[in-house]
Amino acid sequence: MLKHLYDTDCVTWSPQGKLFQVEYAMEAVKQGSICLGLKSNENVVLCSLKRQPSELAGYQEKQFKIDDHMAIAIAGLTADARVLCKYMRTECLEYKYTYESHHPVGRLVFKVAEKSQHKTQSGAKRPYGVGLLVAGIDPNGVHLFETCPSGNYYEYKCQAIGSRSQAARTYFESWFHLFEKSTLEQLILHGLSALKKAIMEDEELNERNVEVGILGKNQKFVHLNAQELKDYIAKLETFNANTQIQQE
Amino acid sequence: MYIPVNEVQKHFKSETPMMSNITHKSDQWSPYHDNSGTVLAIGIPGAVLVAGDTRLSNGYNILTRDATKLSQLTDKCVLATAGQYADFIALRKFLQQRLQLYEFQNEVQASTQTVAHLLSRELYSRRFFPYYTFNLLAGLDENNHGVVYGYDAIGSYDQMTYGVQGSGQELVVAVLDNQLKGYNKINKTFPQTQQEILDLILDCFSCAAERDIHTGDNVEILIITPTGTERIVKPLRKD
Repeated sequence: MLKHLYDTDCVTWSPQGKLFQVEYAMEAVKQGSICLGLKSNENVVLCSLKRQPSELAGYQEKQFKIDDHMAIAIAGLTADARVLCKYMRTECLEYKYTYESHHPVGRLVFKVAEKSQHKTQSGAKRPYGVGLLVAGIDPNGVHLFETCPSGNYYEYKCQAIGSRSQAARTYFESWFHLFEKSTLEQLILHGLSALKKAIMEDEELNERNVEVGILGKNQKFVHLNAQELKDYIAKLETFNANTQIQQE
Repeated sequence: MYIPVNEVQKHFKSETPMMSNITHKSDQWSPYHDNSGTVLAIGIPGAVLVAGDTRLSNGYNILTRDATKLSQLTDKCVLATAGQYADFIALRKFLQQRLQLYEFQNEVQASTQTVAHLLSRELYSRRFFPYYTFNLLAGLDENNHGVVYGYDAIGSYDQMTYGVQGSGQELVVAVLDNQLKGYNKINKTFPQTQQEILDLILDCFSCAAERDIHTGDNVEILIITPTGTERIVKPLRKD
């Protein structure tokens, strides 16, 4: 293809109206290991699969707390994610200092999107190579947003990004109509079930490679600890998605 | 020679001092207001008790009977401040923000010693327009032993086992010197249990409320232990 004529930098359009550099950046997100989020009326849950570069290494964390009421899960270049994470944290702290209240979630996602877009309209810069799932709670309700290297952002009831995320999205399409009224435990089990669909045949979920973060209207962001993860993964065996109850 | 009455003015350097044109230096506007009140903190092995009355005043007026002088900064430490309330709020906000940033960067809450030094530096950063705050920082150290740090307005600080600040400072600190250190005490018996220390604190505030007009209404006590924080509020004299 003649892609190579139009893909050198961000300031060149292709004849089909594409910015290839931005599209390539979105590829980087698709290469990252999967993370997903889902929300009910009361809670948001983020689940991610952590990658281990080698047997000798630790697992790469994928979820970061931004403030008590907000957290992100990342897919893509972790280094770029850290930059955005630091930016979001600073914005939240300043907002809290000035207004003595929590930063509205949509507003912060917009700021991130604006920052991301800026990198797509310059010859000397490159887009951020990371997609974020932003989970947050504010007076407007419970939110889950996705941000892209392109500078777009979308609000979701549930979403999965990263490698093999289509399998998780398919799971969501079947069951998301139940999520609104789900309890926190049901939400976590749905999330882990969706995650299970997206792993390879020889992989398995365990408390080391899975990361689950929860947020609620009365629950500050917190990660599940190793024991809790073990218990939930064990419950997966008997979890029936349709009835949302454990069956024998 | 005599001076004609209508020419008196030009013979004097300044206007004749009459009640209507005497101005005192103290009439000049001041950015500082002393909202007074008393705070104290006592550290014991395994806990620290911090207390402050809840009255805010301005001169002879009471602004409110129901304002807290205590602020929990981390799980393990509490800031207690007497002085200007606006400066207490500003200082507290700064510390809360800075400590949350510390937690993000270091993935662990700041230790009491760290907070103590941070507070000192922040106070000194305003050396030439100080925070009108007289602070006590009370918390648990790395061994979960109760410690108290006392400050002046520009950040000079030192570690103590107990401290008092505010309008009732002289009244209360003398009692604590006697009861906790045994100064000028004939029967050297010391409070042993947490309950005895709590009773001592309540007594101290009652005493301060008797003699100091700026102390009274309620006393709010926070007890910081490794397992958590307990809050007690007791009434004091309202006059």
